[in-house]
Amino acid sequence: MASTATRLTRFNMTSLAAGLAFLYLPIGILVIYSFNASRLVTVWGGWSLRWYHEFFNDRAMLEAAWMSLSVAAVSATLATLLGTLAAVGLARGERFRGRALFSGMLYSPLVMPEVISGLSLLLLFVALNAERGFWTVTIAHTTLTMCFVTVVVQSRLTALDRSLEEAAMDLGCDPVRAFLLVTLPLILPAIIAGWMLAFTLSLDDVVIASFTTGPGSATLPIRIYSEVRLGVKPEINAICTLVIALIAVIIVIASFASKLSNARGESAAPL
Amino acid sequence: MPLLRIEGVAKSFGNFRAVDKLSLDIRAGEFFALLGPSGCGKTTLLRMLAGFETPDEGRILLGGSDIAQVLPHERPVNMMFQNYALFPHLSVRDNIAFGLKRAGMARKDIAIRVAEMVALVKLEGMEKRKPDQLSGGQRQRVALARSLARRPQVLLLDEPLAALDKKLRESTQGELMELQRRLGMTFIIVTHDQEEAMTMAGRIGVMDAGRLVQVATPRNLYEAPASRWIAEFVGDINLFNGEVAARDHGRLTVKTTEAGTLAVSELWPPVTKQVVSVAIRPEKVKLSRRAPATDAGASQAINRLEGVVIDVNYLGGVTSYRVKLETGAVVRSSMANTARLDVDAYLAGQRVVAWFTADDCLVLEQ
Repeated sequence: MASTATRLTRFNMTSLAAGLAFLYLPIGILVIYSFNASRLVTVWGGWSLRWYHEFFNDRAMLEAAWMSLSVAAVSATLATLLGTLAAVGLARGERFRGRALFSGMLYSPLVMPEVISGLSLLLLFVALNAERGFWTVTIAHTTLTMCFVTVVVQSRLTALDRSLEEAAMDLGCDPVRAFLLVTLPLILPAIIAGWMLAFTLSLDDVVIASFTTGPGSATLPIRIYSEVRLGVKPEINAICTLVIALIAVIIVIASFASKLSNARGESAAPL
Repeated sequence: MPLLRIEGVAKSFGNFRAVDKLSLDIRAGEFFALLGPSGCGKTTLLRMLAGFETPDEGRILLGGSDIAQVLPHERPVNMMFQNYALFPHLSVRDNIAFGLKRAGMARKDIAIRVAEMVALVKLEGMEKRKPDQLSGGQRQRVALARSLARRPQVLLLDEPLAALDKKLRESTQGELMELQRRLGMTFIIVTHDQEEAMTMAGRIGVMDAGRLVQVATPRNLYEAPASRWIAEFVGDINLFNGEVAARDHGRLTVKTTEAGTLAVSELWPPVTKQVVSVAIRPEKVKLSRRAPATDAGASQAINRLEGVVIDVNYLGGVTSYRVKLETGAVVRSSMANTARLDVDAYLAGQRVVAWFTADDCLVLEQ
């Protein structure tokens, strides 16, 4: 059965190729055209690194990129901290009344349309008279990405054998030390994966960022979006290729981390 | 004063009363087993001793001081977990040293103690391995070494052998007993396996529905169970319901519905009720082709039940038979296979006499 199911027939090959092409051909074209020497996006003018050079000399674009990276790094870190705490509360707080309500409220950003989250955050910041810029975007992204961290970390915590923490306490750890010495090392891969997920989500968000950012502090996606409205410059291709490369690296690391986490989970489970 | 005194301890989870006003004394150096079916509260009681659950009422006195509200990490008690709960990210050495480091022991002393523990459980050469590089039996030893390393006043063992296969379980039982004798430590083991409890423990406490129903040595538990429930829970038993018809110098005559009139010796305490059950263990029921001639100088009466063998189960060391009486009741008998050739074996369909002495019978009042 298994051998027939996994055999690469001509039909399987074709559908696999078609599927992959559907997913990755546009990205491949974008990457290839980022090395285009021609000024016209649709005309091939030979290989060149000209547009990468252009990007690294484009102050406004670089500032937007820096803004995006720092927003992503800070919001991912905040989201990881808060999200991990929430996950611990949900997975370990038996005496926590209203846990179901908390869990529902926590996960609502997962299903909430971003336009609504963005608009409501904008209204909040306006009501608070907060100056919109780096911090408002960071806070908005933290609220968006925190629930993703919670999902990842909570599933790891639920799979983790409770008796490990009890054993730590039995052997002389107070609850805080038991968490730091036993639980934390075991869920660390999930926390890292959660951070990276939060980082990439923040990096590619346009909708919420455009609601919550202020003048002079555009993130990279907003900047690209506004440039593209005036016509696609090949420089955009170069920027996008760099972003794709960064995200690919992060995804590889994140999946590696979660694999490590699962491998540990198996050994932690009872026979 | 016993080392550990449990006084009227109760614990409920919601409406479920897991442990119900339970009192128990455990002496220093004792190997005590808590035996009971699943859900009887034995694990909850053990977890209260470890500090993972807090009693709703009652006191737990260890060496005279009440530890019922003391947190787990502040108790001189350690626990060996059913699934071992070894830290997967730490090596064997670090697992064993974990509790010692928390106790603030000097690095040099930790190394000495760990080496001692590793030797004690015969794991030399495995110190650097991670738990997932060990076999089930080796993990069990690491867990044992880790829980013994702090030299607790009481070691709690929660079904410590449940995950091992039969052969390994039997050899480990022997090693645990040997270790306990050598260290002179107090062990409290929780198990649902009565053979395990009987093999290892000096005393057994049988629990049912959150209560301790009998505390006795293995022999007394088996030969003099306090109730019908215990008699049926610990080992196999034949039970015949009836009424006391006559009483004469320590000899009762019980009229049973299933097995006619039986002669039974009355032991202390005397039977007070009229409606009783007569119980007899299968290995005390012998089979023969003809009835044993007379009471043959025996000082006691012999009960004879005629019937037909309906079922023969050869189990190696013993063969167990089921004999159907004329009343329709079934008597179980198990006889040791003392000879290699089966000249003594009975076949299904054969008419036999199942017999047993009055002294081997028990009278149970409930």
